Amino acid sequence: MAEKRVESLDEVTIRFAGDSGDGMQLTGTQFTNTTAILGNDLSTLPDYPAEIRAPAGTLFGVSGFQIHFGSTEINTPGDQCDVLVAMNAAALKVNIGSLVDGGTIIVNTDGFSDKNLKLAGYEQNPLRDGSLDKYRVHEVDISKLTALALQDLNISSKLVDRSKNFFALGMMYWIYNRPLEQTIGWIRGKFGNKPDIMEANLRVLKAGWNFSETTEIFSVRYEVGPAKLAPGRYRNITGNQALAWGLMAAAKKAKLDLFLGSYPITPASDVLHELSIYKSYGVKTFQAEDEIAGICSALGASFGGALGVTTTSGPGVALKSEAIGLAVMVELPLIICNIQRGGPSTGLPTKTEQADLLQAIYGRNGEAPVPVIAAATPSDCFDATFEAVRIALKYMTPVMVLSDGYLGNGSEPWLIPDYSKLPDISPTFRTNPDGFFPYSRDDATLARPWAIPGTPGLEHRIGGLEKQHITGNVNYEAENHDKMVHLRAEKIERIANDIPLATVEGNPEGDLLVVGWGGTYGAIKTAVVRQREQGHSVSHLHLRYLNPMPKNVGEILYKFKRILVPEINLGQLVKILRSKYLVPAVGFNKVRGLPFKSVEIEREIEEILKGKK
Amino acid sequence: MKTLVEEILKSTAVPEEAKYSARDFQSDQDVRWCPGCGDYSVLAQTQRVMPDLGIPRHKMAFISGIGCSSRFPYYMNTYGFHGIHGRATAIASGLKMARPDLSVWVVTGDGDGMSIGGNHLIHLLRRNIDINVLLFNNQIYGLTKGQYSPTSEMGKITKSTPYGSLDYPFNPVSLALGSSATFVARSLDRDPKHMQSVIKRAAGHKGTSFVEIYQNCNVFNDGAFFRFTEKETKDDSVVFLEHGQPLIFGKEKDKGIRLNGFSPEIVSLKDGTYSVNDLLVHNEKDTTLSFILADMTYKPHLPRPVGIFLAIDRPVYEQEMEHQIAFAKEKRGEGDMAKLLNSGDTWVVQ
Repeated sequence: MAEKRVESLDEVTIRFAGDSGDGMQLTGTQFTNTTAILGNDLSTLPDYPAEIRAPAGTLFGVSGFQIHFGSTEINTPGDQCDVLVAMNAAALKVNIGSLVDGGTIIVNTDGFSDKNLKLAGYEQNPLRDGSLDKYRVHEVDISKLTALALQDLNISSKLVDRSKNFFALGMMYWIYNRPLEQTIGWIRGKFGNKPDIMEANLRVLKAGWNFSETTEIFSVRYEVGPAKLAPGRYRNITGNQALAWGLMAAAKKAKLDLFLGSYPITPASDVLHELSIYKSYGVKTFQAEDEIAGICSALGASFGGALGVTTTSGPGVALKSEAIGLAVMVELPLIICNIQRGGPSTGLPTKTEQADLLQAIYGRNGEAPVPVIAAATPSDCFDATFEAVRIALKYMTPVMVLSDGYLGNGSEPWLIPDYSKLPDISPTFRTNPDGFFPYSRDDATLARPWAIPGTPGLEHRIGGLEKQHITGNVNYEAENHDKMVHLRAEKIERIANDIPLATVEGNPEGDLLVVGWGGTYGAIKTAVVRQREQGHSVSHLHLRYLNPMPKNVGEILYKFKRILVPEINLGQLVKILRSKYLVPAVGFNKVRGLPFKSVEIEREIEEILKGKK
Repeated sequence: MKTLVEEILKSTAVPEEAKYSARDFQSDQDVRWCPGCGDYSVLAQTQRVMPDLGIPRHKMAFISGIGCSSRFPYYMNTYGFHGIHGRATAIASGLKMARPDLSVWVVTGDGDGMSIGGNHLIHLLRRNIDINVLLFNNQIYGLTKGQYSPTSEMGKITKSTPYGSLDYPFNPVSLALGSSATFVARSLDRDPKHMQSVIKRAAGHKGTSFVEIYQNCNVFNDGAFFRFTEKETKDDSVVFLEHGQPLIFGKEKDKGIRLNGFSPEIVSLKDGTYSVNDLLVHNEKDTTLSFILADMTYKPHLPRPVGIFLAIDRPVYEQEMEHQIAFAKEKRGEGDMAKLLNSGDTWVVQ
């Protein structure tokens, strides 16, 4: 056996692609977790269809998982992939466009039968017709090798077929010099009570590794060293997990029970799944009969002194709108998490988008102001949610947290916070009946008292009808309504006094400021840094607080000649910035259900700086 | 670790249960229903029953949706929440799950509870959360000024149905039974004693109790239930259900209900053909019987059954929820957030 060469890489992007039943998400997640433990910085992009098991071999059934990892700082899942693992012809066809010229393709040749080719719409076999000449193609009959590895086990051919993703994983572990231990441990834990499956998966994983070690197909192994991350203990975390943990941590800090009322919806269901595990933390999860019952039960729980939370995606927020208005009116704390997806209507359930910003800020009847906070990265979902809870409790208000499918399902290494050093959250319940009025207000925050049922002497009624200032009695008077509308608005505006000022990444003044919010953070950051490295005067402002905005946003905007706002919508933040600050900001908008590529943003920056736009 | 709620409840606990009168449950708000509305009676009977329940009023919460009946919480000197249309059951469910220590009541109507809120109602009933639902059925939309409701009789002429309504009406009792409710009853606004006894039983029931109350809307649907509530016709038109008792009705107590196969039929106790021993005996623990009795509702030749159709025990949702939490805590120990954050696969960067 020839000695294999080892090359060192700073960063690499791999995409696993196969049928939605091929286990590509699992393969990608395992590769990610092992990579995280090795200390690489990373970012992931699961990209899967809405159909659970679309017909095998079809283009619309292709499921992909992309991971970008390196020894350098990684901010995006990668504009293009360097390596494509394609389990069949359809996976190749769908994903070949995202492979860099000269990139590597590893194909499962068994997935290129005449039937596969036909389903994928190939007239000729791309492995034979020279169309892949500009790539390095490695052909491996993964299915056959998997079957051989399992031939002495008495298991069904279906089970054999289901194991082949572990062969691909074993190969990739060998090529990128990753240990098998993490995945072996996972397989043992997951299939401990199904010995057949456990044995099959373990064998196939090792077979993939050994095959790569032995075969002449792979002559090079790659080394990707650990990244220079800030010191401390790390874990890999997805946005949805971080969001769930942020809620739990905040509730624990506040000494409140966490109550989640939720209805399953992609891509938010994982938050419900995650929280339902933690009963020993006092978390109550309630799978309601619909979205409306989800939020109403959460609001009822908040009335009772719990931290009421509801999690959903855009269509769910539409259904919850009336109840959010009720929460505004009764001034109870409530957290609404919107893991945005492609819209309108059912739209693209499994794809990402950030087109619910205006819905979040304005999407209710009447003047119903709600604070809105957006997470910027998967791990930032923890901090954003924690902050949302702080605000909800301090100001007695519903708060909307915006995440999206990309953040929710994507993952990155996370410097684990010291729980004891997280900000203090100390809500208080009113107990003194003397001088109690349900709609009296705190001088500083304008918050009304939280008086929970069970407290003697504080019996009172709240509801969706307009309240009389102070007493909280039903009141229809013109002047009172005007006063209350203004008070509710001012209460939310005053939160601006209680949040950090916005900070610019890069120079505080210059030719161009790129303003973003939410999950575009990594792509914008990468683009702006590269442009600055090329000597351009570009800075980046990323807004976490979208309502109210930090007090210095106007000041920041006015210091730049041009303002560019990339968004995965048709221009929502740009509309707000233009109307609020009267700046000639321009949008950069692509709504494809996918995150921005940083190179697209770079091109847009160049065009603007050249005066072409 | 104790939660803030537990701390507050401990610190504000009242040593002795206060003795209440009906007046203690009247809030300082003017009652604003139309004069002559059946709602007044339901409010009065509820306030009269409350002192007997042995529950301090600060431990009670009345939750409502939208409609005439839903103004109810404003008039009760307890905790109250006037929600949005149809969602009282969902709000109340969240409150009861968060706070099993509270006595939670839902006041709703035929529109609020069975039309816009029908979905939440059926799910509350099947879950069996310990909430008491009082559904005021006046067979009309009152607050929106007189459109037909999901319980209006077919052919109802209203503002929105000038040629008569086409919908077949819900029978609330059948709907509740079909939703696997564990306590289902019907009472009448003009029979205070009966209503008081039913409300008391509903309050004592562990699990969701559903009480349909025939309530007269004297403005938009006056007299809808007079056949069942007025002296002249009531005795011959209503059969009161009493656990363990044969179904006897009529001014002279001379008529009974007997089962012919699965079909109830009226028999005379006077002509010597049948005696009391032949009559159907009510059993509120019998789910099959409850369906048969409920089905009598819209049969014009049969008396309208009123009373407790069903009262059975089934695990109570929020108690099961508490059990799961207690079990998890016992098995895994009280959750430790710092530990969780550092659990699983982690690594250290120097």
